[in-house]
Amino acid sequence: MELSDKELKVAALENGTVIDHIPSEQLFKVVSLLHLDRIDKNITIGNNLCSKKIGKKGIIKIADTYFKEDELNKIAILAPNAKINIIKNYAVISKQTVSLPDELRDIIRCANPKCITNNEPMPTVFDVIDKEHIVVKCRYCEQAIAKEEIKLK
Amino acid sequence: MRRNESLVSITDYSKEEILEVLETAKLFEKNPNRRVLDGKVIATLFFEPSTRTRLSFETAVNRLGGRIIGFSDASTTSSTKGETLKDTIIMVSNYVDLIIMRHYLDGAARYASEVSPKPIINAGDGSNQHPSQTMLDLYSIYKTQGTLENLNITMVGDLKYGRTVHSLLMAMSHFHPTFHFVAPDELKMPEEYKIYCDKLGIAYTEHHDFTEEIINQADILYMTRVQRERFTDLMEYEKVKNIYTLRNAMLENSKPNLRILHPLPRVNEIAYDVDNNPKAYYFEQAKNGLYARQAIICKVLGIKIND
Ligand SMILES: [Zn+2]
Repeated sequence: MELSDKELKVAALENGTVIDHIPSEQLFKVVSLLHLDRIDKNITIGNNLCSKKIGKKGIIKIADTYFKEDELNKIAILAPNAKINIIKNYAVISKQTVSLPDELRDIIRCANPKCITNNEPMPTVFDVIDKEHIVVKCRYCEQAIAKEEIKLK
Repeated sequence: MRRNESLVSITDYSKEEILEVLETAKLFEKNPNRRVLDGKVIATLFFEPSTRTRLSFETAVNRLGGRIIGFSDASTTSSTKGETLKDTIIMVSNYVDLIIMRHYLDGAARYASEVSPKPIINAGDGSNQHPSQTMLDLYSIYKTQGTLENLNITMVGDLKYGRTVHSLLMAMSHFHPTFHFVAPDELKMPEEYKIYCDKLGIAYTEHHDFTEEIINQADILYMTRVQRERFTDLMEYEKVKNIYTLRNAMLENSKPNLRILHPLPRVNEIAYDVDNNPKAYYFEQAKNGLYARQAIICKVLGIKIND
């Protein structure tokens, strides 16, 4: 049975963060990117909900948890149109969008098998060279990776 | 981004720094024997063998009076026992004043420069960067043309995978060049370098055929190897392999100041009858590598050469 957006809202949040408009196929990657598996608060995840804007979408509600801005901005590589709602006392006190940071530290893997980062225990660093089309460049092997080729670490 | 004075990529240097190194190289050409590295120990770590580059660097150090430790082949080192690059670099940096390294992995030199307390000179990291080659190319151009400004640089052959042409393009972009790119479709200059030129307002023209008309406008003809293994379609290779060969007869109406460069080794992209043409410069170009590398070593170690 598919939950509608309305029904999901019934499980209203008293305090916490709602991440909405995540493309369905990216939902579980967003979960792992934000390390939600390590949070012991109430988490509600809805997926394959209908969205006029992006087709099928996912939504995540995390109770009693607020993220740093750069933490949330990381998800822009997966869900550039995600909407963040900050909830306090059952009310949305702020709505935010995400935007890619200039630098992605140890989040994604280099697509080049001959890159040092794939052969040495070390963090990856990517510079975001095109925020609009999501193109990133490895600081080590200097190869650019387009959105479709991006793989999380 | 640079933590120390390392040279990993030619783009680490500004226009002024490039010109400073070229001026120093000029002084080393006048007198290559200067004992400015007296008492210093330099490591040459070649995780991938490259006799040509290693001999050039080691000659540079020897003529500067420095001592050398190192290895010329990774199979003789502990990295084959699974030691990380980081550990090898930190261990060696305890002993020496400078590390010159070549590695088979892309980005190895950048990483080494981040973990090493001593400066690194990149002598080639995989298919990524080889800045001392670029510096000797620049020195060859500077010396033969008397300037780097406003030159017609014509690049021929494998413009897709040839890292020397990409680095040369980036370095020359400081000096208002006009580029001509001559390559088969499969080996065309990658889009990102054309976008780079567009952004800086640098004029370039792409050509499929290698004609005398193109040669006759050039100040520098930069030839590269068209390698068989780069082609997915061998029919295509058979079709183009001889189109990009330079023959002496093609130089008849070229400019008097034209010089022909090639990073060497060549296979068949320059016919042997070109060798005796005074415009053939590739052997001197290789010799310029010594002076360029001496100048880079001094720049990295902060040693000033004044006359
Ligand atoms: Zn890489």
